[in-house]
Amino acid sequence: MHEYPVTVQIVDIASETAKKNNGRVRRIDLVVGEDSGFIGESIQMYFDVVAEGTPCEGAQLFIECVKPQLRCEKCGKHFERKRFSFQCPYCCGDGEPTTIGKEFYVKSVELEVEDQ
Amino acid sequence: MHMMKADVMVDIHARNNHIAEHVHEHLAEHKIFAVNIMGAPGTGKTTTLENLLKHLDIPGYVIEGDIESDIDTERLRSQNIAASQINTFGACHLDAPLVHNAIHALQFDKPGILFIENVGNLVCPAEFSIGEDIKLLQVSVTDGSDKPYKYPLAFEKADIIVLNKIDLLPYVDFDEAFFMEGIRHLNKKAPVFKVSGKTGEGFAEAAAWIKQRARF
Repeated sequence: MHEYPVTVQIVDIASETAKKNNGRVRRIDLVVGEDSGFIGESIQMYFDVVAEGTPCEGAQLFIECVKPQLRCEKCGKHFERKRFSFQCPYCCGDGEPTTIGKEFYVKSVELEVEDQ
Repeated sequence: MHMMKADVMVDIHARNNHIAEHVHEHLAEHKIFAVNIMGAPGTGKTTTLENLLKHLDIPGYVIEGDIESDIDTERLRSQNIAASQINTFGACHLDAPLVHNAIHALQFDKPGILFIENVGNLVCPAEFSIGEDIKLLQVSVTDGSDKPYKYPLAFEKADIIVLNKIDLLPYVDFDEAFFMEGIRHLNKKAPVFKVSGKTGEGFAEAAAWIKQRARF
């Protein structure tokens, strides 16, 4: 349920690109951070149903997942958080959240375009 | 027929965010300060907004978000609070288009504060902007002290955190130091107010902070 409306947005974004270029969508490349709140597998599950009857029908959806990273306030290094801990594995400093892992965007689409 | 690749780089929340900006502009025109109340079911969100309204001597408006029913809206209307109901019928959060429809159904006669009570959920509401000025995250001691570690995004995005049901502290194993440590790693700015919906303790301070932030 949670991923259904965002899948509609993804299909809309790709369809608009197809219409601008007078083509049909063959492939969509999507970037989904693990802290974006959305699950790639669920989007994949809804995609074929949502794409039916749109310029995205029959297209393949490729999802690039991004692991979240914290940034150490002391040494500045990025690292992956362990459960119930924010500790930097390099210097034992405190990690703070970053934007890495919160990505949620359509990177590119591949279109089949009629020759002029 | 030939293939071509088009770089898109479009945020999937772009449409929602665009409508959220419109909501915010509409509210700003009417001098309405909007607070998005987020928290798990049963944590006391409606009780908190009732208590905050008692301490804020400014006109208050409420939008209630629930999957079904208008129990909370009726409860507020019986106290002469202008309230409007959004039923999401299955959706786990409010988004900007839903709030857009709801604000146009409310009459903002005077400048004041609008509380938008999100669907009871500690996950999804944090992901969607609804045109609010601030996000208020409500947690209660009965939820457990591990919540910042398990649901980091809600704590990261909060502008103010309200810890409710502190009258129950003697009866539950709530590790306050562990809870506060988790919050401080995720969010250094948000103040944490300890309140009790049962006794009314702590709401005056939380209301004073909101009033100052809203510049009323």
